[in-house]
Amino acid sequence: MDFHNFVNTFWANTFSGLSLGAIYALVALGYTLVYGVLRLINFANSEVFMLGTFGSLLALNILGVPAEKPIRSGASLVGALVLMAVLSVAFSGGGAVILELVAYRPLRRRNSPRLVFLISAIGASFAIAEAVGAFGIPGIKSKKREEYTFSRVWDTRAKLFNVGGFDVQLRHIVVMVGAAVMMAGLWLFVNKTRLGRGMRAVAQDAETAKILGVNVDQVILVTFVVGGVMAGGAAFLNSLYTEATRYNVGFLLGVRSFTAAVLGGIGNITGALIGGLMLGVVESWGAGLFGGAWRDVIAFSVLVIVLMFRPTGLLGEKLGRARA
Amino acid sequence: MNNLLRTVRNQAAVAAGVALGPIAKVRTRLQTRWRNLPVNARRGVGVLFLAYLFVMPWFPPPVIKTPDTDFNNLLGNNIVPFIIVALGLNVVVGMAGLLDLGYAGFFATGAYTVGILTSKHANLPWLVAMVAGVAVSMLFGVILGAPTLRLRGDYLAIVTLGFGEIIRQSALNISWLGASEGISKIKRPPSFGPVKFSALQTRWYWVFGLILILLLVYALSLLENSRVGRAWNAIREDEDAAELMGVPTFTFKLWAFAIGAAIGGLAGAFFAGKLNTIYPKNFEITQSILFLAAVVLGGLGNRWGAILGGALVAYLPERFRFVGDKRILWFGLALMLMMIFRPSGLLPRKLAGRRGPERAIDTDIHGARAGETTEDLGGVSEHEEHGRA
Repeated sequence: MDFHNFVNTFWANTFSGLSLGAIYALVALGYTLVYGVLRLINFANSEVFMLGTFGSLLALNILGVPAEKPIRSGASLVGALVLMAVLSVAFSGGGAVILELVAYRPLRRRNSPRLVFLISAIGASFAIAEAVGAFGIPGIKSKKREEYTFSRVWDTRAKLFNVGGFDVQLRHIVVMVGAAVMMAGLWLFVNKTRLGRGMRAVAQDAETAKILGVNVDQVILVTFVVGGVMAGGAAFLNSLYTEATRYNVGFLLGVRSFTAAVLGGIGNITGALIGGLMLGVVESWGAGLFGGAWRDVIAFSVLVIVLMFRPTGLLGEKLGRARA
Repeated sequence: MNNLLRTVRNQAAVAAGVALGPIAKVRTRLQTRWRNLPVNARRGVGVLFLAYLFVMPWFPPPVIKTPDTDFNNLLGNNIVPFIIVALGLNVVVGMAGLLDLGYAGFFATGAYTVGILTSKHANLPWLVAMVAGVAVSMLFGVILGAPTLRLRGDYLAIVTLGFGEIIRQSALNISWLGASEGISKIKRPPSFGPVKFSALQTRWYWVFGLILILLLVYALSLLENSRVGRAWNAIREDEDAAELMGVPTFTFKLWAFAIGAAIGGLAGAFFAGKLNTIYPKNFEITQSILFLAAVVLGGLGNRWGAILGGALVAYLPERFRFVGDKRILWFGLALMLMMIFRPSGLLPRKLAGRRGPERAIDTDIHGARAGETTEDLGGVSEHEEHGRA
């Protein structure tokens, strides 16, 4: 244990932890929403995120941004960012929809047990990641399994202000604000719109919702789209934050995000937010204390300890309801 | 969009029916003929097949070969460990209905215990180390199970997944365990007379492994037909009902976990004794997932299914090495298709249900409850679905 290092890197780790945590939280929402509505671990959500990062990459390729020069001027920068975000969301949302139609809906028609869904999801996850690894994405020069780096459109590493000796960079703030905006949007969608009400109804009791005239299949599709959009937003922010991706970028991030969702209480939207931020910060602090190699061990140990005392996560499971 | 999809799907189903119709007919005819054979003839075929399995390394089968890897090495390196692992995981997932996504952790525990005791920090013979490996894995199973088995299905899945990662990363980061270089010069099983275990004499590994597998199958069949096995059945079908009927569910879940872990450790010990060198990267999450895929592919809850699934998951990627780096892609797609068209695996549990009345009742209940499309899969925490529906 290295307390000296922990103290020295405290603020750096706090900010990078919060940024990572915000991304975890957004991806965790994909798991949590689908779980809330379908009681299904959407294992392939990590690949939905991965597709989103390639959406951002495609946007940069279309614009032909040179590798070394960030665009600084206002309008073209905003345009580039919007295109990145739109393509990320489109790739992720589209991926999630295809996943639901190809991998899950046929199983639901057959009333399959839940383990069958999980295995199908694992198969889909392998297939999507490996397809991108083997063939690449149309419109992007395939590097197979190598890492793709993003040309920097926006100088997100610019230093903004100093907290306790750590220079907070633009990207930390961008990720946190971006995630907050998406979360707020999701909250409004789930609580204030008709479709959101449908989602809550199906989550509470699918059978009754169906009898009362809710189009359950449509609601489920919407749930996947919303989860995909969140993952797409996370992918866009991640593209600005780490500026790199590869075919298997989703896997570990997916495992961590799922951990975050479980930590907060799976099926619970606020839980995903809290779980994500907590996981990001705790693993970053842990890395400062024990060394970076122990990151995942710390994250999972925290999960085990929390579940020992709160068996349904920090906030319990619910999607706008008490546990049924 | 939906209508289009539905039409496409219906037409595909019709086409598949037309194509597979005659095949299915031939299959039923063959099945009936097989059942009508005298018992002794059927036993004879079984014994001959088993005898062939024992001498397989000396007389490799014609079609089942691996153009790019040495077949005997494949038997020892992949197929035997995978089959043992699938048998063990089948206890946890198939019999007791506990979803375990971190089984590679126990596999690693067994392998590392053997590595430490025969090479890294001690100089014990392999057999002793193997026993220790099984014991240590079992201990780890209890340590992990005791706090977590009170959790419900999905939470258990993520916690076990985390456990598998903790084991692997600990092996990767602790220099006492060899860190990223792993452990090398692990001892082999003892040779005696003509039975030799060495890097070049790989044939006896298969024979040894086959004996281990048969012993395991025998032990597991005893277990399955005992009070413990019945308790697992009850827990899998409806944990609350089992508890109400007086089954101490926690104890039996812990037993399932511990026995599964011990078998995983045995597989790891065998693996270490065959490869002589182990690395943390042998035990990644994907490995755990492949283990689970093996059990599900073969048919959850069926020992023979687990054996078939383990052998296939170990064999197919090597057989199709020529498709290069797209192997996993095809594997993923196959897994998806399989879940849509044959979700209960290649050898469903039903096929094994010809032994005594208690089995028949088991299938009856399932048939009545699950309807025509749901196959008997011993779905993990199926009772939850019913509770929620």
